Amino acid sequence: MSAFRFALAAGLLLASGCATEMQPDTRPTPKLGQTMTEAELAFWDSSILVDGSNLPAGSGSSAQGLVVYAQKCAACHGVTGAETDTRLTPLVGGIGSLATAQPVRTLGSYWPHATIIFDYIRRAMPYNAPKSLSNDEAYALTAYLLRANGIIEETLVLDRTTLPMVKMPNRDGFVRSAESAK
Amino acid sequence: MSGSKTDPAAESEHMAGNGLLHRRLFLTRGLTLAGAFGVAGQASAQPAPQPAHPEWMKRQGGGLSGYGRPSKFEEGVKRIAGQPNPIFPSVGSTRTPLEKLNGMITPNGLHFERHHSSVPAIDPAAHRLMIHGLVRAPLAWDMSALMRYPMTSVIRFIECSGNSGAAKRSVPQTSVGQIHGLVSCSEWTGIKLSHLLDETGLLDGASWIIAEGAEAASMVRSIPLETALDDVIVALYQNGERIRPEQGYPMRLLVPGCEGSVNVKWVHRIKVVSAPGDSRDETGQYTDLLPGGRALQYTLLMDVKSVITHPSVGMKLSQSGLYEVSGLAWSGHGAIRRVEVTADGGKSWADAELAGPVLPKCLTRFRIPWAWTGGPATLASRATDDRGNVQPTHEVAIARYGEAGAYHYNGIQPWAVSQAGEVANVRL
Repeated sequence: MSAFRFALAAGLLLASGCATEMQPDTRPTPKLGQTMTEAELAFWDSSILVDGSNLPAGSGSSAQGLVVYAQKCAACHGVTGAETDTRLTPLVGGIGSLATAQPVRTLGSYWPHATIIFDYIRRAMPYNAPKSLSNDEAYALTAYLLRANGIIEETLVLDRTTLPMVKMPNRDGFVRSAESAK
Repeated sequence: MSGSKTDPAAESEHMAGNGLLHRRLFLTRGLTLAGAFGVAGQASAQPAPQPAHPEWMKRQGGGLSGYGRPSKFEEGVKRIAGQPNPIFPSVGSTRTPLEKLNGMITPNGLHFERHHSSVPAIDPAAHRLMIHGLVRAPLAWDMSALMRYPMTSVIRFIECSGNSGAAKRSVPQTSVGQIHGLVSCSEWTGIKLSHLLDETGLLDGASWIIAEGAEAASMVRSIPLETALDDVIVALYQNGERIRPEQGYPMRLLVPGCEGSVNVKWVHRIKVVSAPGDSRDETGQYTDLLPGGRALQYTLLMDVKSVITHPSVGMKLSQSGLYEVSGLAWSGHGAIRRVEVTADGGKSWADAELAGPVLPKCLTRFRIPWAWTGGPATLASRATDDRGNVQPTHEVAIARYGEAGAYHYNGIQPWAVSQAGEVANVRL
């Protein structure tokens, strides 16, 4: 059993004061984990962090994204993405509405980081063919949606450097709950 | 706690107004119930038939079976379908029919569902659990490896953070399962995540994990490392059998007490990180937008809640007399310490009996006898957990997260009983 792990766990648990299972589990384990190869890590580690780290190579513009959107997204999300006659979350609009009695939460009005758009599109969209988009297509769609929300200029090409620099309107709108703010 | 020193029957039997009796009256007196709650009307008095053996006592019935099923007379006990996504019907939820169950355990086939894309058909032989990121050694385990680890079994609820949302926004006259059935409770067996994180080792700066499912949408949720090292389990079994596909086969995270979506189904990858991932589902989706425009993020713990399941909205009491009022209470903060029940709309409350075992972060069945006079009554329950959290009124619950918030509603749920015995949803 790793002394480091227990030291860390004990410190965290004491800090939180709300742990439920303070007794360390000292049962031996067979330690059968297989070392992951660099190739496996590179393939599977798709997590894009909020600082943009781990964004892949590639690039795309809103003009390119418009073409992809029309082909692969509009059937579900509507021609403009601002349609409200669908049970799908609208993609466009709502900026400035969050403090009103009728808040409209879209990726433009609500999401705090532009990297989230790329991350979600790349792993989950389009719904009927997830993980089928190239990185260029995912950057282009991200650019199209940001442009449609009026957040970036039409000329901006998004890539691993420019995407994390986009400032979202609700960047500072989130507060972590007390139980997770430590 | 009252009544511990003497025979409860010797005390005043009436513990609260409008017929609530001492919670142990059934045990000590052996009184019989006036009738069961049902949706059908009162049976009319008919002449007793001549005694005769029923058909099933006079000939052989069915034989052995490879996997047992409920009686054909229980075929109506099904998950309650929600509104599927109009374009992709595999997206959505089904709910546990709480009004048709008793005890604390949810049968596996009736555990609520919430899918963000669809249910993958995962071949366990081709599924691995990977842990990487801020670890000394990134490691992967296949099923045969995981099966050799020491197992842990706990009974815990899982509740979708959107549960009871309809009761926040309106006063629906649908069943209690339709309103509050995005909660279920199972015995979960699997491997402590702390055992696997001990094997990978952790590097400086490790403070959260990001867990990813292997379904089409690759849903990801972030969990504080202190939680991951505390009581999180990589669950392989549910109520003794391998987890059902719709619950995450071949493995899911069990994050006790925390909102359903962090109990990542079909989990295949965990990245140890220094800050939460702020993914789409923890920014755009499962956050609590407050009045004023700020939003609370990572409100993971499910608050103390209870609801009376018997009787509940849509049922009908057939005649006045003695009934057992029962329901479920739970808290993501710990164990249920107390459930009080009112029959007079909150003017007076009596302690219900907690049916053991009373476990932390687990559904707890409560029961109390009630002598219905045949007059109007308003029943409700109010739970308190062992951290001192008390289930709030509707108004207090609304004030906490505002009108717009869709999640974490835990207000007291009243049911009104009319003179005709009909049970309806109301607000106090």
